[in-house]
Amino acid sequence: MAEPMGFFTDTTVCIGCKACEVACKSWNQLPARDGGQSEMSGQSYDNTLRLSGNTWRHVKFVEQFESPYNGRWLMLSDVCKHCVQAGCLEVCPTGAIIRTEFDTVVIQSDVCNGCRACLGACPFGVIDINEVSGTAQKCTLCYDRMSVGLEPACAKACPTDSIQFGPIAELRQRANVRVEQLRAAGESRARLYGADPEGPLGGLNAFFLLVDEPEVYGLPPEPELPSKQLVPSAALSAAGAAVVGAVGLVTLRHNRMRDVAEAERADADREQREERPS
Amino acid sequence: MRTASNVRSARRDGSPFPVPDFLIPRMPDTFFTRPPHWQWLIILYFFIGGIAGGCFFLAAVLQLFGRPADRPIMRLGYYLAFIGVVLSGILLTVDLDRPERFWHMMIQSETGRPMFKYWSPMSVGVWGLLFFGLFSFLAALGALFDSGRLRWGPAGRLAREPLATIIAVAGGIGGFFLAGYTGVLLSVTNRPVWADSNWLGMLYLFSAASSAAALLILLARRRQPGDTAAISALARFDDWVLILELIALIVFLISLGSAAQAFLSVWGVTLLLIVVAAGILLPLLIGFGRLTRVRGRPLTLGTAAALVLLGGFALRVVTVMSSERVTVVGSKVVER
Repeated sequence: MAEPMGFFTDTTVCIGCKACEVACKSWNQLPARDGGQSEMSGQSYDNTLRLSGNTWRHVKFVEQFESPYNGRWLMLSDVCKHCVQAGCLEVCPTGAIIRTEFDTVVIQSDVCNGCRACLGACPFGVIDINEVSGTAQKCTLCYDRMSVGLEPACAKACPTDSIQFGPIAELRQRANVRVEQLRAAGESRARLYGADPEGPLGGLNAFFLLVDEPEVYGLPPEPELPSKQLVPSAALSAAGAAVVGAVGLVTLRHNRMRDVAEAERADADREQREERPS
Repeated sequence: MRTASNVRSARRDGSPFPVPDFLIPRMPDTFFTRPPHWQWLIILYFFIGGIAGGCFFLAAVLQLFGRPADRPIMRLGYYLAFIGVVLSGILLTVDLDRPERFWHMMIQSETGRPMFKYWSPMSVGVWGLLFFGLFSFLAALGALFDSGRLRWGPAGRLAREPLATIIAVAGGIGGFFLAGYTGVLLSVTNRPVWADSNWLGMLYLFSAASSAAALLILLARRRQPGDTAAISALARFDDWVLILELIALIVFLISLGSAAQAFLSVWGVTLLLIVVAAGILLPLLIGFGRLTRVRGRPLTLGTAAALVLLGGFALRVVTVMSSERVTVVGSKVVER
């Protein structure tokens, strides 16, 4: 396997230009939403609103203002996290979701049948159905570009290097240095999200530098694999089946047992009558 | 549309009074995900599939431990199981965004090898449905022969020992699987309500068993009003399973913790009024003879059975839709 590759997104230098969104759509030939009709969401400068089957990069805007001149903007270019332990890959019943030689997670559109199991399994709400193909789709980390030694389109287009692409080990080193730099400059809330290989999901191959709690960015603090519920849930169901089975045996066998008891009583009465001296 | 703040601090800052952290429910991680758009077709599948599994189990118990007089209800159970499993297959296929690729669930499209993941409930469920479908087909054939409607030698062998017992036992286990795995399938996600409790599979199983008994009671009363002993036995079974269902539902709701906030909506009201009051408590009151008349009109076993079916369907609607309404828009968790 080639070296694990991924993204390090430093949100502190994101300027919300959305060049990554445009580059992603352009390279991957993804259609516009609603046939290209422009619609203002009313939510800051975010009119994309969410990742979807035809939007694989989404710049989130968080406004933290106490008064017009006292506050800050947080911006985060969201994307598939290419989890080391991926929930989508785990539950996919068709084998459409695979792990590539770059340790990234890719959906094979020609295999997917649109069952949507991966949508609910993703701990980050990344995946959705592409209306054109009728299959689940998400960021491929530009597998086609990586295969020929190019960096993904979004990272290439990012004018501030908020999105950095490279070998994961190297990106982690770079990210740690950046966190120390920010803390030294007084930003004590600086932290990495998903960079720890011992952390949730075995680490994320697309990880982030945040300056507030993950929830503020719409990210789960402790993402988990969907299979965590499999054994206890299945065991409780099996226990329930045993209880229902016992109730069924007791209640539905009752009539037969009553018939048998009545027949035995009738036999006993008859025998008594026959034995009684006339 | 109600927008929830994502973090404790945000909620505290927005409150006119200082609120201690421990009083503010933490938003579970499952709320930061997106719904899979499993809606009415899947809800119908959960309901019909559960009834199919439950009917087969009840028919199998009546076959193995019942009286000769129970055989008409046994046959009815096998017919309903087969019809239910066929409908389930159709519903699941139609719900796919690419229905023509339904076979990718069973065969790897690139290699032609079997596609099976024991750790994926949907993968296991597809094979379970297939095997249960086979046994319910065989059992329905045997039941047709048993009733005298089908005079075909091989079908006769299905209705005789040892094949009849093998089919009843294997299909009964399959029926339990079909009735309960749907809840496990929902739990093995990252969605609110579904993944926040381990009890959904058991709850669905109890509900499937009670709904199946209710449907058998309703139909058996129409077909053979004379056989009250068998119908009474089914009603007794239904009463006990409804008690189990009520206990499981309470445990399920407690186990949700702060995720239960997903029920602060019309679905929570539906849960209380339709699922608990109309679908469990009223049938129990009727079943145990505590409620016999409403405004002078008699309440029969049929009324109780119809209410149980309504409650069973509403349970699936409520558990699926309460989760489906939670999503992330921008950076905010939104409850629609």
